[in-house]
Amino acid sequence: MIKNKKVILVLFSLLALAVLALAPLIGMETISFNSILNPNLDNIKRDIFWRIRVPRVLIAFISGSALAISGMTFQSMFRNSLATPFTLGVSSGAAFGAALYVKVGILFSILGVAGQTVFAFLGALISIVIIYVLSKIKKGFSVGTMLLAGVAINFFFSSFILFIQFISDFTQSFSIMRWLMGGFEIVGYSDIYNILPFILVGSTIIIFLSTELNLLALGEDIAISRGVSLSKIKNILFFATSLMVSGVISVVGPIGFVGMMVPHISRLIIGADHRYLVFLNIIFGGAFLVLCDTLSRVLIAPVEIPVGVITALLGGPFFIWLLIKSSNNNQVI
Amino acid sequence: MNEILFDIKNLSFSFDKKKVLNSLSLNITKADFLSIIGPNGGGKTTLVKCLIRIYKPPIGTILLNNIPLEKISQKELAKQISYVPQISENNFPFTAKEFLMLARYPHLSRFTSISANDKKAVTEAFDITNTNHLSDRHMNTLSGGEKQMIFIAAALAQGGDVIILDEPATFLDPKHEHDIYKILRKIHLQKKKTIVSVTHNINSAILYSDKIAILKNGEIDFYGNSDQVTKDGILEKTYDKKFTFIKHPSCNKSIIVPEVIQ
Ligand SMILES: Nc1ncnc2c1ncn2[C@@H]1O[C@H](COP(=O)(O)OP(=O)(O)O)[C@@H](O)[C@H]1O
Ligand SMILES: [Mg+2]
Repeated sequence: MIKNKKVILVLFSLLALAVLALAPLIGMETISFNSILNPNLDNIKRDIFWRIRVPRVLIAFISGSALAISGMTFQSMFRNSLATPFTLGVSSGAAFGAALYVKVGILFSILGVAGQTVFAFLGALISIVIIYVLSKIKKGFSVGTMLLAGVAINFFFSSFILFIQFISDFTQSFSIMRWLMGGFEIVGYSDIYNILPFILVGSTIIIFLSTELNLLALGEDIAISRGVSLSKIKNILFFATSLMVSGVISVVGPIGFVGMMVPHISRLIIGADHRYLVFLNIIFGGAFLVLCDTLSRVLIAPVEIPVGVITALLGGPFFIWLLIKSSNNNQVI
Repeated sequence: MNEILFDIKNLSFSFDKKKVLNSLSLNITKADFLSIIGPNGGGKTTLVKCLIRIYKPPIGTILLNNIPLEKISQKELAKQISYVPQISENNFPFTAKEFLMLARYPHLSRFTSISANDKKAVTEAFDITNTNHLSDRHMNTLSGGEKQMIFIAAALAQGGDVIILDEPATFLDPKHEHDIYKILRKIHLQKKKTIVSVTHNINSAILYSDKIAILKNGEIDFYGNSDQVTKDGILEKTYDKKFTFIKHPSCNKSIIVPEVIQ
């Protein structure tokens, strides 16, 4: 076990850089470094690289980072690795908002932010408000109850989404379904500009609140007694998480389990001190989703598997492993 | 010397319509060692949680140094008052030293790193509680007694003049229990800290604290010098059972001995 947390961060950064450099070269069409660097050679490959692969890898990285720190934040607030925006229904709320937008189809943007992102944000907010109210009305609501509530919220929004699909025409319905599986194949640079503000604001807030997250990990009563203004801090954290989750989901769909696996493994690697944990989640979460996306391109090429399918295939067993582990010793984080 | 620290007036608090504190009034004097005793479910934990604003009672007032509690920011409050919660099996994912450093939170500002003052406070807290050897241990690997001592160390590191403890020695063996009270006495006498300790151990309350308050059914039934509690059938009335007292051979205070069951 490496003791020095900064060394761990540097090592993972190097790994992430390697992943970032190699991933755009891999795919249906393998691209060599040479064909990108040499301006006279192979224009098509250069185009594929710069116009398609690079934005795709970048957005996968950004999304992975954002999902990982959102998951980390929820896990710390609820003191349980199973409690993430995805399992508690925030993602399905965002998905509902985004699907509604596809159906309503009014193309608009507010202050340059795409309508789909705004709708996803509002959907995420609905879920968060439900979770928030639930955790408020009954103090000391157990995480088990919260997770069941999350299941209910998921069902609720899934049926809404089904209904929207039902009343949509075939094209709309297909585009909603494809988007629900999560993936990066249709993204371009404009999508990055679209969601970057959400993610930058959200993650900056969480980085600034890492000491508060450390205290929350000790339990709410202790956090309060140490001087944390609990409601205020929790509201800000909920807000920051909704920003990031909805930003990601509106563009790439509800990609599940990244926000559960990455922060849990990061905790095992670097410990619970959020001043380091946040950064490991950013680096590891980004690299992890880029890897998953690369897998999705090559596993059964030329067919691309939606990346959400891959993360769910990994995440399902992981979820069950966590459940078994936690029922053994009552400690999930 | 007899300045009032907490002035609690007509405090009422309920959980889901169940009244837990019932128009409770109590003054806590500065630099006193106060023990709060009383039957299970009487509202002791609820009361101390109100004092540090974990709960915000809708009815009644709490003044801290004559200032209404709700006028004081949570950070400012934490600078003055430390809290040692009831022992729990919770996961604390930090080493003892990290745990003590986190107790310095009310003194940290967002843009500066840990100061020499913070480090000094943490070192001192380890020294006073004789827990230097535990500083690099992970909290989850500590025994109950060790963990409790680290919690007291954290309360000291936090730096306030008031320490509120909820059943600090329950579940501990006699040695650890004694160590805890020895340290509480020491910081009370040497550092003039106000100690408010919820306990079921009436003998410890009599022997180590200056004052005792009895909390029953959400009301204060008795408040007075700790040696007065054995008089006038006060304990009998509180717990609805017979008590037998003897004089402690070394200090002449009246303490309880267990009843013989025939
Ligand atoms: N979070 C809670 N929700 C509902 N009832 C509670 C809660 N905490 C305490 N109570 C109830 O309030 C009463 C007083 O509890 P407490 O203050 O813990 O008593 P004590 O510490 O004196 O044993 C008890 O009847 C208890 O069941
Ligand atoms: Mg209690």
